[in-house]
Amino acid sequence: MPSARDSGLRWSNWNLLLIIPLFMLVTPWFNFDGPRLLGLPFFYWYQFAWVPVGVLCVGLVYVKTRDEPVVRDKPDLLGVDDLDEGVK
Amino acid sequence: MQWTELVVFSALFLLVTVLGFVAARWRAGDTLDHLDEWGLGGRKFGSWITWFLVGGDLYTAYTFVAVPALVFGAGATGFFALPYTVLLYPIVFLPLVRMWSVSRVHGYVTPADFVRGRYGSHWLALLIALTGIVATMPYIALQLVGLEAVLRTMGLNGSGLLGHAPLFIAFVILALYTYQSGLRAPALIAFVKDTLIYIVILVAVVYLPNKFGGWGAVFDTAQAKYDATPAKGDGILLNGNNQLQYATLALGSALALFLYPHSLTGILASRGRNVIKRNMVALPAYSLLLGLLAMIGFVAISAGVTPLTNQATGRPDTNTIIPVLFGNEFPAWFAGIAFAAIGIGALVPAAIMSIAAANLWTRNIYKEYLKKDATPKQEAKQAKVASLVVKFGAVAFIVFIDPQFSIDLQLIGGVMILQTLPAVAIALYTRWFHVYGLVAGWVVGMGWGLWLLYDLPSADGKRPHFGGSALVLDKLSLLGWHPFAGSAVQVYVGIVAVVANLVVAVVVTLVARQLRVFNGTDETTGEDYHVDEHSPRAKPVATH
Repeated sequence: MPSARDSGLRWSNWNLLLIIPLFMLVTPWFNFDGPRLLGLPFFYWYQFAWVPVGVLCVGLVYVKTRDEPVVRDKPDLLGVDDLDEGVK
Repeated sequence: MQWTELVVFSALFLLVTVLGFVAARWRAGDTLDHLDEWGLGGRKFGSWITWFLVGGDLYTAYTFVAVPALVFGAGATGFFALPYTVLLYPIVFLPLVRMWSVSRVHGYVTPADFVRGRYGSHWLALLIALTGIVATMPYIALQLVGLEAVLRTMGLNGSGLLGHAPLFIAFVILALYTYQSGLRAPALIAFVKDTLIYIVILVAVVYLPNKFGGWGAVFDTAQAKYDATPAKGDGILLNGNNQLQYATLALGSALALFLYPHSLTGILASRGRNVIKRNMVALPAYSLLLGLLAMIGFVAISAGVTPLTNQATGRPDTNTIIPVLFGNEFPAWFAGIAFAAIGIGALVPAAIMSIAAANLWTRNIYKEYLKKDATPKQEAKQAKVASLVVKFGAVAFIVFIDPQFSIDLQLIGGVMILQTLPAVAIALYTRWFHVYGLVAGWVVGMGWGLWLLYDLPSADGKRPHFGGSALVLDKLSLLGWHPFAGSAVQVYVGIVAVVANLVVAVVVTLVARQLRVFNGTDETTGEDYHVDEHSPRAKPVATH
């Protein structure tokens, strides 16, 4: 009998955050000229505003799930200076 | 001839050439005679290198030249590049780490390797490999279009074969150091490329709009220009008919991007799962840049830029919009830096793409069919030679065949690579689909997608075939039945084709399961998809 871990799928509710950026595709919500920001029509600055939203969603999922099962032996504690050191 | 630009450009080009050759010794493993080393840089790139490498790979010179050109020509519809690259990372975040893990355990180098292992079918793997090669080739050729746009703007705009000579020289140099250093060359050069691109675009976005009265005035001028043209689909906003096209094109492109073999090469070359995850958070910095650059297309309208006439084809080349704008508005020395950014920007993806195509050829055709007992050393040799063939094939494409053909093919390539979604991406999660279903879905999606593209005239009506990827729903026909007759709404062909692909795959799978047809053997286990670096299950690098 395969155990739950052997099924190869692991779920975290945090993953649901990854769906949020898809709402960016609803064009009727933002296909307007005004209000303008720094001269940019709403259509443009609204879509730029989604860039940090996307980053936040993915970042939250990363931070909230990284201590979960995958690496049991070693948490992700590398400092910036160590990031590019190859596997010794 | 613009000498200042040419000198700055040549100096930077020389710098990356040196880097390209030095790269062979950069963090070298024990040997370069193995695909893990030559083709994947030793599978040990950390977060920073991966950020520069994948960023340099996905956001190509062609993108930086073609997206603003699209905006220049049609307005808002060209801006799909921003939602495309924002959506991309949330979509691929989970599947990519699974792909990395399973590839690390089994030593997979290409997406077709994974399919081979997952389904035990070399035929399905062959389909995936051929799709990858055919979709990547024109993409490489397009990098040359980007490079040549810059060279011609600098005055190297000769006619005939001689007019292509500068391009040819640049590519011979690229081919040589890729041959020698493998993936390490573009990885090292990407640092220079991306730094230059960031500087140039940030300066352009701050400096240029102010020269023309600020963004408000720039957008008003653009709208006035679109109003004056007879075309219906252009404007600084979308209209009722192209919104669905905008959304489906962004989604379809996001689904397709990491199915391209070269995108996956950068991912598989990284050291571990957390490197990939951090990059999914950090890579949108490039998307921001791309969005900003797209809007420079509007500035080009205010600046009254007219595209250069390509002396080799005799037609105006809209891809010269951005180089011409930079050449006109920037001081000569900075224009030189900008041209170098685009030119070097072409070299990084071209190198990675040729490596990816060479890996596919070597792993899934040469070793599978031509020389089953090939040693790792022979594989590496074969891949190096294949990378040369691929690159000169791309040059031949541009020189001997109309560059428009490459642009058409790249458009087709996006639709084609999307047809590997069920076999590559969905297979990462489930083996529910039957191998026959996947093959049947591929055949239908590919056939129908190509037919729909062939049948699409361009917006200006000048070309009857391969005129774009926006299908009017009225024309959608299911064996003669028109479900959306009378509708003028447009949709992206790739999405239509992949839906057909999935439907056929489901139906054939249900039938095959009912008949209990053998569904191949799976060499992967559930645990394989979660293995990280340092795990004893991870296959040692560069051994067999």
